[in-house]
Amino acid sequence: MTSYLTETTGIKSWLLTKDHKRIALLFMVATAAALMLGGVFAMVIRFELIGPGPDLMAQLTYNRMFTHHGVVMVFLFMVPVIPTVFGNFFLPMMIGAPDVAFPRLNLASFYVYCAGAVIVLASLWFGGVDTGWTFYTPYSTTSPTSVAVAAFGVFVVGVSSILTGLNFIVTVHTLRARNLRWMMMPLFVWAIYATAIIQVIATPVLGMSLLLVALDHAWGLGIFDPSMGGDPVLFQHLFWFYSHPAVYIMIVPAMGVVSEVVCTFSHNRPSSYRAIAFSSLGIAFIGFVTWGHHMFVAGMSVVDVGIFGILSMIVAIFSAIKVFTWTITLKHGRIRFTTPMLYFFGFMFLFVFGGMTGVAVATSSLDVHWTDTYFVVAHFHFIMVGGTLTMYLAAIHYWFPKMFGRMYPERWGLIGAAGVILGFIFTFTPQFLLGNAGMPRRYATYPAEYQWLNVASTAGATILAMGLLVNLGYLIWALFKGPRAERNPWGSRSYEWLAPTPPPVHNFEAPLEITRGPYDYHLPEHE
Amino acid sequence: MSDQPPPPAGPRLGVQFQDTAKQAHAAHFGMWLFLASELLLFAGLFGLYTAYRTRYAAAFAEAVHHNELWIGATNVVILIVSSFTVAWAVHCLRKGRRRAVLWLLAITLVCGLGFLGFKSLEYGIHFRDGVFPGRYYAYQELPGHGAQVFFTLYYFMTGLHALHMIGGLAAIGWITARVARRKTTAAYPVPLELGALYWHLVDSIWIFLWPMFYLTTG
Amino acid sequence: MNELLRRLLLLPPQASTIARDIDYLHYFVIITTMAGAAGVAALSLYYIVRYREGAGHGMNPPPDPRPYHAPGGVSLWLELSLIGGLLALFVTWWIIGFCQFIRIVEPPSDSMTIYVMGKQWMWSFAYPHGGGSVGVLYVPTGRPVKLLMTSRDVIHSFYAPDFRLKTDVVPGRTTQLWFEVKEPGRHPIYCAEMCGAGHSVMRAEVIALADADYERTIEGLAPLAIAGPVQGQAIPFEAEPQAPLSLAAMGQRVAAEAGCLRCHTVDGTPHIGPTWAGLYDAVIPLADGTQVRADDAYLTRSMMDPAAELHRGFLAVMPSYQGLLTAPQLGAIVEYIHALRDVHRDEGAAPLPVPVPGLVPLVTPLEGAAPGEPRAVTPGSAGGPP
Repeated sequence: MTSYLTETTGIKSWLLTKDHKRIALLFMVATAAALMLGGVFAMVIRFELIGPGPDLMAQLTYNRMFTHHGVVMVFLFMVPVIPTVFGNFFLPMMIGAPDVAFPRLNLASFYVYCAGAVIVLASLWFGGVDTGWTFYTPYSTTSPTSVAVAAFGVFVVGVSSILTGLNFIVTVHTLRARNLRWMMMPLFVWAIYATAIIQVIATPVLGMSLLLVALDHAWGLGIFDPSMGGDPVLFQHLFWFYSHPAVYIMIVPAMGVVSEVVCTFSHNRPSSYRAIAFSSLGIAFIGFVTWGHHMFVAGMSVVDVGIFGILSMIVAIFSAIKVFTWTITLKHGRIRFTTPMLYFFGFMFLFVFGGMTGVAVATSSLDVHWTDTYFVVAHFHFIMVGGTLTMYLAAIHYWFPKMFGRMYPERWGLIGAAGVILGFIFTFTPQFLLGNAGMPRRYATYPAEYQWLNVASTAGATILAMGLLVNLGYLIWALFKGPRAERNPWGSRSYEWLAPTPPPVHNFEAPLEITRGPYDYHLPEHE
Repeated sequence: MSDQPPPPAGPRLGVQFQDTAKQAHAAHFGMWLFLASELLLFAGLFGLYTAYRTRYAAAFAEAVHHNELWIGATNVVILIVSSFTVAWAVHCLRKGRRRAVLWLLAITLVCGLGFLGFKSLEYGIHFRDGVFPGRYYAYQELPGHGAQVFFTLYYFMTGLHALHMIGGLAAIGWITARVARRKTTAAYPVPLELGALYWHLVDSIWIFLWPMFYLTTG
Repeated sequence: MNELLRRLLLLPPQASTIARDIDYLHYFVIITTMAGAAGVAALSLYYIVRYREGAGHGMNPPPDPRPYHAPGGVSLWLELSLIGGLLALFVTWWIIGFCQFIRIVEPPSDSMTIYVMGKQWMWSFAYPHGGGSVGVLYVPTGRPVKLLMTSRDVIHSFYAPDFRLKTDVVPGRTTQLWFEVKEPGRHPIYCAEMCGAGHSVMRAEVIALADADYERTIEGLAPLAIAGPVQGQAIPFEAEPQAPLSLAAMGQRVAAEAGCLRCHTVDGTPHIGPTWAGLYDAVIPLADGTQVRADDAYLTRSMMDPAAELHRGFLAVMPSYQGLLTAPQLGAIVEYIHALRDVHRDEGAAPLPVPVPGLVPLVTPLEGAAPGEPRAVTPGSAGGPP
């Protein structure tokens, strides 16, 4: 029997595919390459910071390294990865559809991503960028580096993000199988749907702000330049109006993965489906009115500081609701402790701690000390690496059998996960203390008294890198040599597992008839 | 498993859709989402304009005076006419009146080109006076930062709008060719419907730009 | 206890009067955060172990037969109490933090003002008694000090970890920061906003001195020379002042040599620009119909962007001094205007309709101008006051 992997062969059948599953794999390769490139920049940063002085490179070079790390990681990996890989592969299957609403647009979205990535990489290669991924004016419009090209490249990648989001929203609205009501969809679909709303609404504003920066840098447009009457702080408002919702684009899909992993491996329904589904929407909407917390010391009025502060705390309540629900889902379950569950356990500590430090920095008086220091760097890495990266890895392992028809080696999976989680903790916990002690971020050289914490952080980063490389190694091995997987090795009740492993081109052998919920573990799997 | 009747002859039906009506509905929904994202693109610029207008109220009011009101007004009329013709073309296509559709789309295209023509004329007048964007601003009558910011915003926003207009013209042109070759017909008028929607958005954005840059003198 | 927690969390010494209160909130927040995360992780681990597959009879009862979207698993009251409790905790943090934030941003009225300029990649300071310093900020202990700051080029951020304070320093506007240092000592200043190659070395030091030592040190400081070439054309000065001038006297020199006094008088006589006599802190009408108080911030803004808040009745002919004057020079001019606040000004004095060579006067009948109020010049009405 043929599957989507073997139905047609040849490079053209892959590069010109309209099958959402093949497009997902194209994205998987591209985003994995971005992760590795961003990781290389991270290791360069950490090795430079072993010593307090400019040991390995000049300061301007270091400034380029952290900027490249941020731009590549945020725009080429974190924002697209879970939606374009797992959203693409599984969202249609989870609603019983044979594909997304606009398959050709889906392929276009991949090539637009590639075009944007090429432009960004070109800017990194020819001159680099040294402004930080936040492109603050007027430094970004006067920097001697390739700001205009990089900003334009990010703009193009943003177009890809909008098209993906648009496709998913229409798919969920129009392609659900007969009988599949909204409140019967797997929770991962809710997460991708909420994320897609943010993608469509927020990304255009970023695109426009970066276009203004690019034109200012290239041709002196000057809309944010004080010597031409502009206000540099207005750029910050426009930039963060997107970039704060962007962090929810990065975490909400990971939360969707958590819901699937927890329910499957506890063999239990979520303790409150509604709470998880609606809190995703709550995060999406409230997340749009919290951007000012990046600007507490930038010159905003006191009233604004107050309002943004309380709203930023309220959005954390939705995440707390989810965490609470997931914890109770474990109760009275029948738990199998596999690699995805180890990642989930890491998530529960790292995301909760990271999230609560988010509420801490939303406390305005404390943020005056913490903002622009390593405390904030630690906070967002706890969420992005401790939250999103762990669940990205969990998703790879969880869905590996369905995607490739093979099983990964469980023992290596646990070893890799332990390496990633422990390495992460040792990398970023010292950075909270560095921030407390007063070390600002984006510093190529630092006072000698901060050295021991930096050395500890670099040691942790090395362990984290090794954990990731271990993952890469055995996953590639499993792709070709792993034992064949059965249709539903985890016994999940979610609908994608009803398809053959690996799925055929149109996902199901016959149109899906929905007769039970996706978490009905009290029912046998088949109708 | 199920004995579904073969799909009806006519427009190509994607395998993911159960019938043409669903496909049309999805296409419309997708188009509205795309229009929402385009609106957000301009929304940030409207926000910028508002912030700077609050800061430089007098200079902005003065600078609006120096824009050519007759060109702005002519362009509004042209665009409203073109929106009317494209909407009428949709109606005619649904009725199967192919020739009418072709005439109406031709008028729409001419209107669009006319708009761009007047815009070029206007830019020419500005260049002659030394009104350039950003650091090239050299308008002696209105020195000062407020006017400089005003005209920079003016160029960027009308320029971005003109780019969207060119995109819209390309889309309408392509659809006109499809109608001429009988590929878009009454059986599935969706491409024209979507093109018309986009055209209406481009028109609507101008309806906001017009008062911002031509009417609000204080 | 405070000292133990401070050292454990690697917080710097609490050198400012507000640092300790901020740290108390810090301890509350961070300990709760750590406890919360540990609690969630511990509970999850407990459940994972207790409800693991094959844990033994009775541990894994048959799954709940109710439809999955029915509420279950835990009492709604428990869930609401936990969420409510969390929200109450957050609101408490917000209230305490916001009250502290207001204290952080509002300086006491008796603060001593020091002018700060950040530029790539150094900090320079100008003092009210005259004199300036680069890289070192001298402050007295036991008195509130207010820093008025601007940037010459890009956004920087003035960060004093020992004080727990930070404010961005933005070109084209003035920001402020205030603190009171408890005891004599030295404290580092870092730049905390990415500003280019020298960002990590754009540092300074606060040297806090007791009163007598402070006065002695300040007296010995010479005024700052212009630090290097400025963007655009620099305003050249005839000669360096030999003896330290008061800031106001320096302001008079700067105003003369920068051309300010070509349009602004200091004795109340009407001229092209508003007279500086009695200007400081007066309420003045603006061209758009509103009113503003001519305080430090307004005067500084007017030098950066004169047309933005134009005094009603005057032509928009003043050029911007953005990038042409250093912050110490700006501060000096403001001090000079301050010194003229008691000079009598004629309230109804109209500006002279003197056409400025090289600039075309605006044709602007001012909206809302009542009869008898100053009108602007129209071409052709050469000569006398209205």
